[in-house]
Amino acid sequence: MNSYEYLPHTADIKFKAYGATLDEAFSNAAYAFTDIMIDHEKVDDAMEKSFSVQSENLDALLYDFLEQFIFFLETEGFLLHAIASMQINGTSLSITCRGDDHLEKYEIKTHIKAVTYQQMEIREKEKYWSVQVIVDV
Amino acid sequence: MISNLTRISDIEWEIPQSGDMRVPTRIFATKQMLQQMQQDRTLHQGRNIASLPGIYKHALVLPDGHEGYGFPIGGVAALDINDGGISPGGIGYDINCGVRVLRTNLNRDEVSQHITPLLEALFSHVPAGLGSSNIHISKQQLDEVLNHGATWAVENGYGSESDLSCCEEQGEMKSADATQVSDKAKQRGRKQLATLGAGNHFLEMQYVEKIFDEETAKRYGFTHENQVTVMIHCGSRGLGHQVCSDYLRTMEQAFPDIIKTIPDKELIYAPAHHRLCNKYFQAMSAAANFAWCNRHIIGHQVRKAVASVFPSAELSTLYDIAHNIAKQETHAIDGSHKEVFLHRKGATRAFGPDHPAIPLPYRSCGQPVILPGSMGTASYILKGTTKGMHTTFGSAPHGAGRVMSRHAAKKQFQAERVQRKLEEDNIYVKSASWRGIAEEAPGVYKDIDEVAEVSHQAGIGTKVIRLRPIGVIKG
Repeated sequence: MNSYEYLPHTADIKFKAYGATLDEAFSNAAYAFTDIMIDHEKVDDAMEKSFSVQSENLDALLYDFLEQFIFFLETEGFLLHAIASMQINGTSLSITCRGDDHLEKYEIKTHIKAVTYQQMEIREKEKYWSVQVIVDV
Repeated sequence: MISNLTRISDIEWEIPQSGDMRVPTRIFATKQMLQQMQQDRTLHQGRNIASLPGIYKHALVLPDGHEGYGFPIGGVAALDINDGGISPGGIGYDINCGVRVLRTNLNRDEVSQHITPLLEALFSHVPAGLGSSNIHISKQQLDEVLNHGATWAVENGYGSESDLSCCEEQGEMKSADATQVSDKAKQRGRKQLATLGAGNHFLEMQYVEKIFDEETAKRYGFTHENQVTVMIHCGSRGLGHQVCSDYLRTMEQAFPDIIKTIPDKELIYAPAHHRLCNKYFQAMSAAANFAWCNRHIIGHQVRKAVASVFPSAELSTLYDIAHNIAKQETHAIDGSHKEVFLHRKGATRAFGPDHPAIPLPYRSCGQPVILPGSMGTASYILKGTTKGMHTTFGSAPHGAGRVMSRHAAKKQFQAERVQRKLEEDNIYVKSASWRGIAEEAPGVYKDIDEVAEVSHQAGIGTKVIRLRPIGVIKG
């Protein structure tokens, strides 16, 4: 199975990311999210970034987690290359990732305005996780 | 799929009140547009709005309606100022996304002949895409921008008083309070003042192709066909997006009981008089001011860019309007005057003749309503009407409305081909991103002529002039 896939949506972009664990599904969501803007594999492995997010429930955690990547992009020019470690405990998350903050080197395909709750789903089925997100572009 | 639609006329439909709905939902669309709206959740979202508390008369979906978050794009609702509230989903992420039009004393031929250097000059004066601002402001200056909008720009040497008088709210919502905007939002906005941004935002050189209403056109300063205009379409950038996101999240945490009663989490609202309702309105007003300051300074930069190619050019602001905003307005509803929070999401204010909010030179004929087309297609200037004041709370469509996903667009349209086709039509495009050109290809939007026609026939915004592009800077 793919780590994520894009699904049809009229005005914006919808994706579903998968994983054997919730950590993996969230990580793949971060890649799906980044790949809307730029192929993460093409981003240089130039620096490390660690951050944590705490929210009141899992949907909110996914929303707040992905929103951090827009924030880092717009304020520091940071783009994700790879996730080195990712841990979710309850409704908190801590991540260490690698990437590059020299935004001027890259061409962004599509800019994301915001994460949304529209049709957001976090599901576990037979020990397999899937998360669905629509982003406003 | 909504099955219980009632036909009012060829261009007006209604979802009758039922279940949670407090009022019916009225849709302005041709049969074909309606079928397109049935393809996704547009009409469901239009029906959901009707369940909001304190809603008057009917929820509205305008002819450019398409699926959004909470409200559909093209959604309008009037909620009572005491018994209703404000829903950030009824405004959208890009607070005060809007349009400004400048008239010029230039003609189509001279601009067409110099379009390449002109686009180069515009591109270097107005950062597009993810580009950072050329204007560096301190934290304190950003607060001043948030509190005073375009007024700050004039005080700091950008544009003039006459630009302010021809801007909705004179470019400054007095209800703004910068302290209600989070540091996160301010950090996103600080490097983005006077930038176009990405997505469907654009800056276009256009000419008057057709005049429908000569008397009003004259009042609006359009004297002849082929007169050149400039259209600026952008919003409050990351700052506004973050304000929307922050308050959606805060309201979600503050009102778990409300979430249980609404059909969609993104329809979350703060009840009138609750402190969060006031705080959001102050923060939204601040983001709206940021957007007005943004378009105002871009207008100033456009003047400089045009002057570098045409030294004797004169550019004056026709008008600047928001199409994602909530306002405190008074409307005559059921025989009395009601104070409402008027939500317009992907909809334009279109006040009819003699409304005191309209700039004096235009007041007797109604407000100029700017209806931008998609990249490479026509745009319209409409005028607000008395009929619209009664049927749509003085609101008109805001654009073409998307019908094809970006993903499908990329598959179907190749950027180079789209650009070549546009050049064959004598429309030149300069874009921050090649990918962006395919995503915004004219074929992914509804036909702007049809949207304008429905608005005209419904009498909610009648046609004054049609504009055609000569050159486009795409965000």
